[in-house]
Amino acid sequence: MIGTFSIAELGHYALVLALVLMLVQSTVPLLGLYWRDQRLVAVSGSTPIAGFVLVAIAFAALTAAYVASDFSVRNVWENSHSAKPMLYKVTGVWGNHEGSMLLWVLILALFGALVAAFGANLPSTLRARVIAVQGWIGTAFLLFVLLTSNPFERLHPPPLEGRDLNPILQDIGLAIHPPLLYVGYVGFSIAFAFAVAALMERRIDAAWARWVRPWTLAAWVFLTGGIAMGSYWAYYELGWGGWWFWDPVENASFMPWLAGTALLHSAVVMEKRGALKVWTILLAILTFSLSLLGTFLVRSGVLTSVHAFATDPSRGVFILAILVAFIGGALALFAWRAPDLKQGGLFAPISREGALVFNNLFLVTATATVLIGTLYPLALEAVTGQKISVGAPFFNLTFGPLMVPLLMALPFGPLLAWKRADLYGATQRLGVAMIAALVAAVITYVVAGGKGVLAPLALGLGVWLIAGSLVDLAERIQLLRAPARTSWARFVGLPRSAIGTVVAHAGIGVMVIGIVGTTAYQTEEIVSLSPGESVDVAGYTLLFQGMSPVTGPNYREDRGQFLASRGGAEPFSMTPSKRFYMAREMATTEAAIETIGFSQLYVSLGDEIEGGTVAVRASYKPLVTLIWLGALVTSIGGTLSLTDRRLRIGAPKPAAARQPKAASA
Amino acid sequence: MTRKQRRLTMIAGAGLVFTAAAVLVLVGLREQIVFFYSPTELAEKQLAPGTRVRLGGLVVDGSVERGADGAVSFAITDTANDVEVAYRGILPDLFREGQGIVAEGMLTDALHLEAESVLAKHDENYMPKEVVDALKAQGVWKNGVGLTQ
Repeated sequence: MIGTFSIAELGHYALVLALVLMLVQSTVPLLGLYWRDQRLVAVSGSTPIAGFVLVAIAFAALTAAYVASDFSVRNVWENSHSAKPMLYKVTGVWGNHEGSMLLWVLILALFGALVAAFGANLPSTLRARVIAVQGWIGTAFLLFVLLTSNPFERLHPPPLEGRDLNPILQDIGLAIHPPLLYVGYVGFSIAFAFAVAALMERRIDAAWARWVRPWTLAAWVFLTGGIAMGSYWAYYELGWGGWWFWDPVENASFMPWLAGTALLHSAVVMEKRGALKVWTILLAILTFSLSLLGTFLVRSGVLTSVHAFATDPSRGVFILAILVAFIGGALALFAWRAPDLKQGGLFAPISREGALVFNNLFLVTATATVLIGTLYPLALEAVTGQKISVGAPFFNLTFGPLMVPLLMALPFGPLLAWKRADLYGATQRLGVAMIAALVAAVITYVVAGGKGVLAPLALGLGVWLIAGSLVDLAERIQLLRAPARTSWARFVGLPRSAIGTVVAHAGIGVMVIGIVGTTAYQTEEIVSLSPGESVDVAGYTLLFQGMSPVTGPNYREDRGQFLASRGGAEPFSMTPSKRFYMAREMATTEAAIETIGFSQLYVSLGDEIEGGTVAVRASYKPLVTLIWLGALVTSIGGTLSLTDRRLRIGAPKPAAARQPKAASA
Repeated sequence: MTRKQRRLTMIAGAGLVFTAAAVLVLVGLREQIVFFYSPTELAEKQLAPGTRVRLGGLVVDGSVERGADGAVSFAITDTANDVEVAYRGILPDLFREGQGIVAEGMLTDALHLEAESVLAKHDENYMPKEVVDALKAQGVWKNGVGLTQ
C-alpha cells in the first residue's frame, strides 16, 4: 500500500477495462461479418486474449490484497483474518460470493482466449461468431460482478482485523473443489457458443462435432473431478460421513454433468455418422443452460447452504435476467434455425447409434427428474407458500430406477457396430462379464450372511460394468484369439479414445461398487464414552483415552485420543476433534478417518456431555473410497480420450487432406 | 424396417421411458416429500402421530437435556408455541440454545417430534431461512435487524 492507494484500485480498473474489451469482442467481429470487413473480423483473434489478461490482473490484484491482509478492501475484511494460514488467505479469494464470481469470469475469459489462440484452423466466420457469443456471456457476467458483486469495494477507515473465513471453508478442499467445478461449469460455455454460432451460420457438420468434443470433454473431466472432490470434502468435513445429500446445491452441479455426459455421447454420433445434429445442438444449449441455472441457484440466495455466502435480492434478479436472456434467446434461435439443419445418417435401433440414443434418452430423463426435484420446492413455495423438502427418498425413487437400465445396457454399446448391429453376438461376447457379475453377486450375498438380494445384485452391476469394459478391450485387441504379440501390437495401435472409453466406463463400475458397499453394508455406533471406555464397530475396538486441548493459528480445539485395534493387529491412534474458531465464534467437527484397504473407519465427536464424557459417532464404511476412486478413474478415461491424436489435431481439415489417415481413426 | 417404422420404434421407446419417469416423479412428489411446519402451525393443524414433518424454530433456552448414549431432548419455539423434540445422535456444530434449527422426523403426537436428523444450516446470521420465515409469521423478526424479542 502506498498511502491510501491500494492494489485493489488497479484490479478494479483492470476489470472495467476488461468489460470494455468484452463489449468489443461481443459486437465488432459480428459487424465485421455483416460489413464483410476482414479487419473487424480479425478482432476476434486478439481481443479475447487481452480481455483474459485484464481479468487475470484483476484476479491477481484481489489475491494480493488477500495475501497482504489489506482490510481496506471490504471483501478481504469480510472473509479474511491476519492470523489465517497463507493457503487459506489465497483460497479465501474465491471462498466468498464476489471472489468466486470473479473466478467464474476469469475462467470464462480463459476459455475465450484459448479458442482465440488455438482456433486458427477454424473457419474464420465460425470462429468470429463463437468468440462473439463468448463475449456476450462475458459481458453479462462482468456487468454482474461490477454492478452487484464488486470485490474491490473499499472501506474507510480500514478496520484493524478481518472477520475471518467461514471455518468450514478453511480446508484444502477449497483450493481444489471450486476451481475444478468452475472450469467444468464454464467450459460448457464453449459448447454453447459453438451451438449458437452454428445456428447463426445455419450450417453444421462433422467438423463442428470434432471441434466441440474436446472442449466438452475437457470441461466434463474437470466437472467430474470437481463434483467428486466436493463430495469427499463434505464427507470428511461435515462430520456426518455422508458422501451425497441430494442437496439442491449438489444437484446444481450434477445436472450439467448429466446433460454434459449425454452431450459427449451424442457428439460422437454426430462426428462419426453425421446423425443427431439438431439434438446435439439442443443438448449443447441445455448443458450450459443448466450450468447457468446452477450458478443462479447457488449464487442468488434462493437456497440456504454453505455455498450461499450472502443473500442480496438484487443479485438474484440480475442472474435470473442473465439466465432468462441466454436460455430464452438460445432456445428461440434454436426453434427458428434448427429446421434448416440437414439431418443425415440413417441407422437401425440396434446399432451403436441406437445405443448412444438409449444413453441420451436415459441421461436426459434422469436430468429432468433431478431438475424437477430441485425446483419443485421453490416453485411450490412461490405459488402456495407451502414449504417442503425433497430429499434423498424422492431421488432414490426416481433417479435410481433410471440408472439401472442405463448401466445394464452400457457394456453393450461399445460392442455394437455402427448403422446395424448384431445384439445376439454382442450378448455372446459379454457372457464372461455376465458370469463375473453373477459370481460377484453370489459371493457378496454369502459373505453378507444372506441378508437382502438387491445390494448383491447392485454390486454385481458394478462388476458387470468393469468386466464389460474389459471385454470391449479384449475384443478390440483380439485377446486370446490372436497370438499375444498381435494382441499387444493391436493394443499399442488402439486409438487413445478407445482406451479412454474402456477406462471411463470401468470407472463408473468402480464407483457403483463403492456406493453399494457403503450404502448397504456400513455399520455405525453412536455412543457416549468416558475416558477408559471403548466401543466396538465392525470388529474394531475403539478405546477412548481422553480429551486434550490444542491451539491452532486461528482456532482452539479439543482433541479426542482414541486407540483402535482389531484382533492381534498393531493398534493405531485416531484423533477426531471439535474446533472452535475464535474470530467467527464457530465450531466445526474434524473427523478422524483411517483408510483400511478400500474401506474407512470414520470417527467424529459430538458434544461433551459432562465430566469428560463425549458423544461419539463411529462407523465402518466398506469400500467407500471406491466412490471417489471410481470418479477419478472415469476422469482419467476422459483425459486419455482427450489426448487422442484425432482430437488434438482434429480440427476441421478438408476431407481430402485427411483421407490417408482417416481409416485408423 | 422402413425409415418410418424405425422412427416409430424410437419414439415409442422414448415415450415409454418418459412415461415411466413421469409416473415415478408423480409418486415421488406425493409420497416422498416432507412438509415444513413452524411450532404454531403444528399446534393449529394437530397432525396425526406418525406424520413425517420438518420442524423449524429456535432452541428454547434451558430446555436441552442429555441422557445416556447420545440421547438428547429439547424444545423448539417460534416464541408463540413450543414443540418437544427427542433425538438420538450427534448434534450439529451450530446447535446451541437460542439457535435456529430444523429438525426432521416423525410426530409421536401433535406437539412431540422424534427427530431423525437435526440441521443447523445457516446463512451469515446463523439462522435457517425456514426459521426466519416462521419467526416473521409471529412478528418477532425484522429483516436486517434479527430477533426483536
